[in-house]
Amino acid sequence: MKLRTKDGGWNPYVAGGLLGVLAVLSAYATTIWLGKTSYLGASTTFVRVAGFIEKLFSTTHVAANAYFIKEKIAVDWQFMLLIGIFIGALISSLTDKSFKLESVPPAWVERFGPSVARRAIAAVLGGAIAMIGARMADGCPSGHGLSGSMQMSVSAFVALAMFFGVGILVANLVYRRKS
Amino acid sequence: MSTAQWLGLIAGIAFGFLLQKGRALRFDKQIGAMLLKDMTIVKFMLSAILVGMVGIVALSSAGVIQLGHKPMNVGAVVVGGALFGGGWAIMGFCPGTSVGALAEGRWHAIFAIAGMIAGAAIYAELYPFFKSTVLAWADYGKIGLPDVLGVPPWAIVAAFWLVCIPLFVWFERKGL
Repeated sequence: MKLRTKDGGWNPYVAGGLLGVLAVLSAYATTIWLGKTSYLGASTTFVRVAGFIEKLFSTTHVAANAYFIKEKIAVDWQFMLLIGIFIGALISSLTDKSFKLESVPPAWVERFGPSVARRAIAAVLGGAIAMIGARMADGCPSGHGLSGSMQMSVSAFVALAMFFGVGILVANLVYRRKS
Repeated sequence: MSTAQWLGLIAGIAFGFLLQKGRALRFDKQIGAMLLKDMTIVKFMLSAILVGMVGIVALSSAGVIQLGHKPMNVGAVVVGGALFGGGWAIMGFCPGTSVGALAEGRWHAIFAIAGMIAGAAIYAELYPFFKSTVLAWADYGKIGLPDVLGVPPWAIVAAFWLVCIPLFVWFERKGL
C-alpha cells in the first residue's frame, strides 16, 4: 500500500483514519470544554449564512421565521468549523502545490464542455436541491455520513443509503455517455 | 472569540487539511465515486467511520461523551436523503467539501455554495409546510442501531470492520 497517491496526496485510508481520530478528539474536547458533545457537521451553517444575508434586507422577516428561530442565527462552533475547513484546505493545497485555479471541473468539461455559465446554472440548481434535502434530512455526508455512522444512528445509515443510492442513479443518468 | 468558536476553528482547520490531503474535495472524486469508478471518497469516509466508531463507542460506554443521534424521521430522512443524493450528483460537492474546494482554487465551487445558501433560504420559508407534511409522517425518534437490534455496540463495530476490510482489499485489487 502506497502512502502517497499519484497526485501527491495522502493515502485515503490514512487521511480518513486520521479524520476518525479527529472526530473523536473533537467530540471529547467539546464535551470537556463546552459541557455538550458536538459532532462534525456542515449543513446547518448554510442556514445561518442564509439568515445573516436575509437580515441585511429584513431583520423582522428573519426574526419571525420558525426555522431561523429553531436553528439560531449565530456564528457558533459549526460555523467556525466551516471557516476552519477553508483555512485547512488552503494551507494544505498551498504547501503541497496542489492549489489550482479551476473554472470548470475536468469531469464536467468531458461531458458538458467548458462553458462556465452552464456549469454555474447546474451547480446552483443542484446545490439548492441538495441543501433542501440536507435540511429536511437534518444532515449531510458530514453530520449523517461521518458523525451519525460513528454513533451508529439508525437515521445515519438510512440517510447514507439514500445519499449514495440516488446519487449513483442520477450521476449515471447525467454523466455517463451513451456508447 | 468564545471557547466554542476556537474549538470549532481548530477542528475545522484539521478537518479541511485532511479532506484536502485525502483529495476528497474534488468534484471529479465525488462524481467518480457515484459512477463507481474512483472510490477515493468512499475509502476516506469508511476509514474515518471505522476508526471514529471505536473511539466514540469507547468514550460513550465509559460515560465520557454523550451520543447525539439525529431523529429517525422516516419522511425527513428518506425524502430529504433522496433530494440530497440527486442534488449532490449534479453539484458534485457536499456542504463541507464545497468550502474546502473553494480554498484549493476550484473557484467554481462558489456556484455550488450560492445554490446551497439559496436552498437553505428556501427550506426556511417552506419549513411550516414540510413540518405538517413530510416531517409528520412517522418519527421513530433518536435511535441507535445497537438498541434496535438488541446487540452490544462492540458487536456492530466488529461487524463493520469485518465487512469493510475485505471491501478495501477488493477496491485495491480492482484498482478502484
